[in-house]
Amino acid sequence: MRKQLMKGNEAIVKSAILAGCRAYYGYPITPASEIAEAAANYLPQTGGVFLQAESEVAAINMLYGASSAGVRCMTASSGPGISLMQEGISYMAGAELPCVIADITRGGPGLGNIASEQSDYHQAVKGGGNGCYHTLVLAPHSVQEMADLTALAFELADRYRTPVMLLADGFVGQMMEPVEFPQTAAEPHVPQWAVTGMAESRGNLITSLHMGSDDLEAHVRHLEAKYKLAEQNETRAEEWFTEDAEIVLVGYGIVGRILKAVTAEARASGMNVGLLRPITLYPFPTKHFQRLAPQARVFVVVEMSTGQLVEDVRLALNGVRPVEFLSRVGGNVPSHEEVLEFVRKVARRYLPAMTLDEEQMAHV
Amino acid sequence: MEEKKRSRGLLRVDVNECKGCGMCVEACPPKVISMSEKLNHYGYRTATYAGEGCTACGICFMVCPEPGAITVLRAVNHMAGAGGGLKAGVEGAMACASN
Amino acid sequence: MSSELIAEYEVVHGKAKSFYELYARKDELQHQTHYCPGCGHGQIHKMLASAIDELGIQDRTILVSPVGCSVFAYYYFDVGNVQAAHGRAPAVATALKRSRRGSIVVAYQGDGDLSAIGSAEILHAANRGENVTVIFVNNAIYSMTGGQYAPTTLLGQKSTTTPLGRSAENEGYPLHVSELLASLEAPVYIERVGLGDNKQIAQAGRAIRRAVENQVKGLGFSLIEVLSPCPTVWKMQPVEAQHWVRDVMEKTFPLGVFRDRTKEAKAWPAHEAPPALDRIPQILGVADEDLPAGNASLMARADDVDLHVRVAGFGGQGVLLLGEVLAEAGLDAGLEVSWLPSYGPEMRSGTSNCHVRLSREPIDSPLVTVPNVLVAMNEPSLRKFDQSVRPGGWVIYNGDAFPEDCARKDVHVLALPFTRVADELGDARAANMVMLGALLEIAGALPQASIDAALKRLVKNPRWVELDERALARGRELYRESCLEACHEG
Ligand SMILES: Cc1ncc(C[n+]2csc(CCOP(=O)(O)OP(=O)(O)O)c2C)c(N)n1
Ligand code: SF4
Repeated sequence: MRKQLMKGNEAIVKSAILAGCRAYYGYPITPASEIAEAAANYLPQTGGVFLQAESEVAAINMLYGASSAGVRCMTASSGPGISLMQEGISYMAGAELPCVIADITRGGPGLGNIASEQSDYHQAVKGGGNGCYHTLVLAPHSVQEMADLTALAFELADRYRTPVMLLADGFVGQMMEPVEFPQTAAEPHVPQWAVTGMAESRGNLITSLHMGSDDLEAHVRHLEAKYKLAEQNETRAEEWFTEDAEIVLVGYGIVGRILKAVTAEARASGMNVGLLRPITLYPFPTKHFQRLAPQARVFVVVEMSTGQLVEDVRLALNGVRPVEFLSRVGGNVPSHEEVLEFVRKVARRYLPAMTLDEEQMAHV
Repeated sequence: MEEKKRSRGLLRVDVNECKGCGMCVEACPPKVISMSEKLNHYGYRTATYAGEGCTACGICFMVCPEPGAITVLRAVNHMAGAGGGLKAGVEGAMACASN
Repeated sequence: MSSELIAEYEVVHGKAKSFYELYARKDELQHQTHYCPGCGHGQIHKMLASAIDELGIQDRTILVSPVGCSVFAYYYFDVGNVQAAHGRAPAVATALKRSRRGSIVVAYQGDGDLSAIGSAEILHAANRGENVTVIFVNNAIYSMTGGQYAPTTLLGQKSTTTPLGRSAENEGYPLHVSELLASLEAPVYIERVGLGDNKQIAQAGRAIRRAVENQVKGLGFSLIEVLSPCPTVWKMQPVEAQHWVRDVMEKTFPLGVFRDRTKEAKAWPAHEAPPALDRIPQILGVADEDLPAGNASLMARADDVDLHVRVAGFGGQGVLLLGEVLAEAGLDAGLEVSWLPSYGPEMRSGTSNCHVRLSREPIDSPLVTVPNVLVAMNEPSLRKFDQSVRPGGWVIYNGDAFPEDCARKDVHVLALPFTRVADELGDARAANMVMLGALLEIAGALPQASIDAALKRLVKNPRWVELDERALARGRELYRESCLEACHEG
């Protein structure tokens, strides 16, 4: 397969259509608008529907309709828009409707700014809507992953009958990298449960309403069982030089990229540093943390929010190893120099036996 | 069964469905519907056909909020071959005519 | 009672086929609706069900239930059923219909649902002329939640949240949804009907049937507003409530047809057949056969490439394009590359910059915080990034003279008035390509064929390609000349 240079946001749309997505309903917002623009360009050409909705509230409810009709569908937005979509996401999780939602995050709270932050972690991973539900959350860190994880998102959405979120920051959305795509397009299929306006689906009902307390409990338990299954089968993380890592760096999305650079430089200066990059944020790759914990002395979480991912890391480690934390927000990105400096401090504290070549460190 | 052979129409009330709102009593032009003294097992008084005088106009059906509480039938004139409506099966009619 | 007697009658008005025989989704009392005695919802349900029966569309119908007393409409209608969030039925209906064009989509909504929380969704669905049918049940109150005021509550009407009666000063005036939507261009049919007496009820039935039939014919958006009694919350006897619709409600909400373009309306065009699946990669521009093979073979293996480039300037100076051509050329030459723009308001007004990386190795971080080449297209950009340049790196600066106070001993500088050079070539806007030419000459590695290919891929206008090619060549020359000068001086 040949590669071409493409923005992450555009790669999402192309991958989605190849995966059988035939509907996009959305509302423009920086830094996600290219997704809507690409969808407006390509969906009508491929037999799909594109509609710019009057709001994110309407957009997510349109997905509710499209998904009810058994169409693979998606939307994209950023912080403030995702907040507005939470109603519909909760309804879709409750009604077990698959869809893919790309959150190309920006700064918050409120209007914040349009620069990259990772402060949508909580509203993506913990959910901002009412009720006991989760969305599955995938966190790409490259344009290739924007494409690949979009395809995976559609698969998971159908397999688990649930909304799946792609949580990407503005950098991954806006940057261009070489990317390759599958050369065949998936055939859209109509799930049995869908309401299609045809005789065979007449008996079908899409609803999130379960009046009886026992009914609702059974339903919520059913959802819970699905999430448990996803926890068993779908957690994904990338490990990078972790075999002998004493300091395990943790970060997702663009931070994962920065941490790769840090890892390389730290290793070059003699520190046993590795990177654990969660790819699924929900379900959280707890097992990876537990596996690395015995050999690691400390975990260093870096994120572009004031402490959202770090909570899950602490839960995953459950106190068996210390967790150090570095964050930048507001659109400021932790530079790899800054992280390296932090890692050196951590190393001094946790790896006392280690003699660092200070001269060498000064130059990295 | 209260219907009389000579009426043009025939009214059946399903007491399981009737909630006794009385809209049909008010709406019926020939005023052949009234409320029962007896309560159904949900405790509602139910609409009762006087047994004759129904013209099969269907107004009571239209104003009744319950989908299946009222069924209006019309005498079939075999000679004229009047048609259009569903033939009420004997069993069906018996099953519902529990007023 | 002899059975022969009964057999002489036939059913003329009976339970519609589109209703379930037994309401199995309901917990208890499965042969009764959940509506209160005398509730208008039941009457309207029956009208809709008969319309579905008469039009023969039971299999095709999708009913969207709202949140409100009619939330359980799906208990009763033996059609495809989708229950929507409060107020969102028009959005849900929009996508159902667009997803399945052969379906008949009916959104059923109360007045709180449609005219308050869902006011945006209905307005825009109507304005788009969605080919759906909306049944709007106006009972002037929030019933399900126990009688709070709605946008349609009458002036002076008491509710639990307007205990002294609705006042125009505090709650505004009753909202006239039909009139409002009839001011839009797209709707085909809008009528307000009532359930106030026999005549009104008969008319309501006809209107609902027409509204559904319009959709069957594909004519567009139809909405029927039904003034409907809620005896329970209004605290009236059913018959009294019915008359209140006619005698009181109707004064605020006059009945009638507010829009009827059914005669002029044209049926929605048939949907174009989707393209064959195997054409989709091509349509998306991702088919291998449509992508260039590249010129990786021309890259000398010995060339070690590790460019960390930061390009900075003002919007409109071609900062992003410069970076793109570089990255595209790198990809063409078989390298790993990344291109990362600054984006947002920055892009529109002031400064613009991008990060470009080219390397033999997979790119770890696409962020270039310590560039080994800085291309500064003006002085503010130079001042912003000058100090970040890696020792031994390069600064390519667009200006007559390099500002004294920016000078660093540990970096190379190529400072020239590139804009003037470009102007001489034919267009000052080609300064970015002159600077790129210099950069490429400094970096050395990339084959010319890759650069030519990248330029042609990114610049569509042949006149510009020609100019940019000359600009690139001129840039290379300028760097070589500067080397010669340096040699002579040295
Ligand atoms: C987001 C949200 N807000 C509030 C409610 C509570 N709620 C349920 S029904 C309703 C009002 C319904 O009134 P209307 O649409 O007039 O229907 P009716 O019950 O009168 O038929 C409200 C406010 C809700 N379910 N969801
Ligand atoms: S409260 Fe009013 S609207 Fe609701 S079911 Fe009862 S009568 Fe109907």
